[in-house]
Amino acid sequence: MEPTDTSHPDYYHRVVDCQWACPAHTDVPEYIRLIAQGRFTDAYMVNRHSNVFPGILGRVCDRPCEPACRRGRIEQQKPVAICRLKRVAADHRDEVAGRLPKIPKAKNGKRIACIGAGCASLTVANDLMPLGYQVTIFEQYGEPGGLMRTNIPSFRLPHTVLNEEIAMITGMGVELKLNSPVGSLRQLLTGGGFDAVFVGSGAPKGKELKLPGREAAAANTHIGIAWLESVAFGHIDRIGKRVLIIGVGNTAMDCCRTSLRLGAESVKVMARKPRGFFKASEWELEDAEEESVGIIINRAPRSFVIENGRLTGMLFDKMEYELDARGRIIAERSAGEEFLPADDVILAIGQENAFPWIERDLGVEFDKWDVPVVDKTTFQSTRPGVFFGGDAAFGPKNIIWAVEQGHQAAISIHRRCHGEAVSERLAPGINLQSRKMGMHEWSYANDYSPVERRLMPHVSLKERFKKLNIEVELGFTAEQVEQEVQRCLNCDVQTVFTAKLCIECDACLDICPVDCLTITHNGAEAELRTRLKAPAKNLEQPLYVSAGLPQTGRVMVKDEDLCVHCGLCAERCPTAAWDMQKSELHWPLAVDEARMLEARKPKIA
Amino acid sequence: MTFIAKPKVAHPSLPKNALGFTRRDYEGALSTLCAGCGHDSITAAIVEASWALAVEPQNMVKLSGIGCSSKTTAYFVSGGHGFNSVHGRMPSIAMGANAANRALQYIGVSGDGDTLSIGLGQFCHAIRRNLNMLYIIENNGVYGLTKGQFSASADVGSTAKKGETNFQPPIDPVLLAMTLGASFVARSFSGDKQQLVPLIQAGLRHQGFALIDVLSPCVTFNDHEGSTKSYAYTREHYEPAVHADFVPLEREIIADYKEGETLPLLMHDGSRIVLRKLDTAYDPTNRTLAAAQIQERMKAGEYLTGLLYVERSQNEFHQLNATPDAPLNSLPYEVLSPGAQGLEKVLARYR
Repeated sequence: MEPTDTSHPDYYHRVVDCQWACPAHTDVPEYIRLIAQGRFTDAYMVNRHSNVFPGILGRVCDRPCEPACRRGRIEQQKPVAICRLKRVAADHRDEVAGRLPKIPKAKNGKRIACIGAGCASLTVANDLMPLGYQVTIFEQYGEPGGLMRTNIPSFRLPHTVLNEEIAMITGMGVELKLNSPVGSLRQLLTGGGFDAVFVGSGAPKGKELKLPGREAAAANTHIGIAWLESVAFGHIDRIGKRVLIIGVGNTAMDCCRTSLRLGAESVKVMARKPRGFFKASEWELEDAEEESVGIIINRAPRSFVIENGRLTGMLFDKMEYELDARGRIIAERSAGEEFLPADDVILAIGQENAFPWIERDLGVEFDKWDVPVVDKTTFQSTRPGVFFGGDAAFGPKNIIWAVEQGHQAAISIHRRCHGEAVSERLAPGINLQSRKMGMHEWSYANDYSPVERRLMPHVSLKERFKKLNIEVELGFTAEQVEQEVQRCLNCDVQTVFTAKLCIECDACLDICPVDCLTITHNGAEAELRTRLKAPAKNLEQPLYVSAGLPQTGRVMVKDEDLCVHCGLCAERCPTAAWDMQKSELHWPLAVDEARMLEARKPKIA
Repeated sequence: MTFIAKPKVAHPSLPKNALGFTRRDYEGALSTLCAGCGHDSITAAIVEASWALAVEPQNMVKLSGIGCSSKTTAYFVSGGHGFNSVHGRMPSIAMGANAANRALQYIGVSGDGDTLSIGLGQFCHAIRRNLNMLYIIENNGVYGLTKGQFSASADVGSTAKKGETNFQPPIDPVLLAMTLGASFVARSFSGDKQQLVPLIQAGLRHQGFALIDVLSPCVTFNDHEGSTKSYAYTREHYEPAVHADFVPLEREIIADYKEGETLPLLMHDGSRIVLRKLDTAYDPTNRTLAAAQIQERMKAGEYLTGLLYVERSQNEFHQLNATPDAPLNSLPYEVLSPGAQGLEKVLARYR
């Protein structure tokens, strides 16, 4: 193998699994260390820089970081509770008003329209307001927040948290036009006087289930996201005793738990496939099951059963599946039917974006599924100056993706407004800084903590159903925080190797607790992976290969997969060939783009 | 030396031996030697070899004298017995322990000072008696614990860290052991575990006195230019002559060794050492020729390494003295103690 090019920003970035997996590349280990030091406000600001809504995401993020967490690969332990530690920072921070970006009084003369006041549009406003833009957000409802408000029940995300973090952005001087649905993009483009339009209108259309009896059952059949929206705005406050939820995604989880709070006594979630195929996150399933929601597998809906003009239940096919060796379904068949009684049925089988208000002759191209054609890097549509982000761009995902897409769209908008090509953007970079303080002292806690993941305390099952908006999760206690922060392996404190200093004494190899180091003769990657001190079977984790070592010409190979970043290799190294250095990712945002463009301007002598 | 202990966390795919232990189960206390010390690598090799042989930790006896080297018995097989003796007196402790309980596995770790200066007499007599033990010398040519004076293994012309030159000729433990009749004599290097680990395995299984002289650079006081025991010098002047593959009893020999190049050597317990000559002119079974060759190469400034001399024929201490087969602690009291009448008989022999 060629010596690894660690100067490429991706190399060390990938080692920080959580940061690499986070769409917004939040510096997770850094904020966890700040929490460990009791610096909650600083931890909050590190989060806010990348993900804009730490308090919200600390409760409801889809946490792509957690399945990626290295802790999960070591000792079969659960990942660090990254998400809930974020909430700790948000819950315990001080006032941050003074630390938010300053908004210039003199505007730059550019006006931006954002459609929909959800997380994507709010991020665009958050990034552009400090640069002097005038941003107008059009929102169809009377309150901002989009799906964060309408689809996430308040027992998971309290309105106080939502309102506070939205207010940080609207408080920058955003012109927020509530109760103002956009009926025509043409009108906005021609008569609005905007320099760019950002479409962040989400995926507001719940999928329909066309089965016999659907029309006759209309009075007691609800579309999941529309129903949650009506509950959020107080239009619906009760439901029948027996409720069936069709579908087993995260919306289904919110629907079943909300039903329990509106008076349902028996709630069943009907899944067409076995458990491994569920779309819902593992933790949302757990929370629903804790509340005695029944999850019934292998039941495909066949028809709505109506008696005397009223819904009495649904008929299901009992499905049987044949799986191949890799667990994929290769054949399915129905082995009989089953009737389940119900007073109400909620359909939670997916949602889509919908743009009846975009005229199709504006140059904004739609593909054959009627989804807008959007560039994956710039988030610009086929009509220059019209950008998409969040669920509106690529269909339903989670808040954290919408935030990142908002960041990227803001960069594009800034470049376009300054006459620059939107595709030529600042590249990411990485900085390394040694953590060495003395002979055996590092400016991070390098000892490995074997404790298990802390369990989130919940409001008792007796209490939580009394009101719709009782937040179920109580947040970690101080003792839990103290233990959970130490579970973080500090993957951002990188093992950095300088080949020319190595005397091949083997000290690092001998001390490494997880055998991730080997000195050996070089070879092709596939073959080299089998020759290491412990075989490197996880192909998704890169191998580090040094330049030839001075004394024998062999190479130092490190399998990054299971390194616990204890720093013992560096402590044992007599020549400081190994050093522990904190990597700081520089992931450009609109403000960096603005600084770069500013610096490039010719200076008047 | 480190301030945090090596975390207990281990690689999930770490293999287990016949006893169900992983290599980590053969580790010991945290080393307090200098970072980069060759001794720590030898410790790691002992850990690896003990694991591979599935030595029962409670059956291992670790013995040492005084010096940096002699600290290392604390750093492996923490489940074993240990005795840290007076300077240079480790062989007599080993002798006593071995005489009382022949069923245990004895490993002595010593240094060039502990063995070749203050303990030279004890070392020689342990070889003479063919004590059944593995004796490892962690040889760095320097008194590290007293800050870098030349030891008895320092080569003529080599310099100390501060620049003084050594003029006294070295004592070579390998040649000394060969002249004293040792039946297993090896030399290796702390930086070459591929060679060292099978040597330790074979040495532990060898019945009789097994010596491994391991060049083990002192990273603090003897790793400079002018040293003949630095990492760089050793690598440059290190000539593997005979590679010894250790083949345990349980494993059949499937490798196809070519006639003439290899020599399988059956050990007392049925396991084998397969000697692979890397230097075809060298004969590890002829004591006189081997010793001459070692000396010759030494004059040329080279360290011949590997299993330099081995034979299977000799009787170890217990056989020579016709001691009981079982450890003394397992003998019934009546057998162990002759009683008043028995004592009378013994005394009568001297009257």
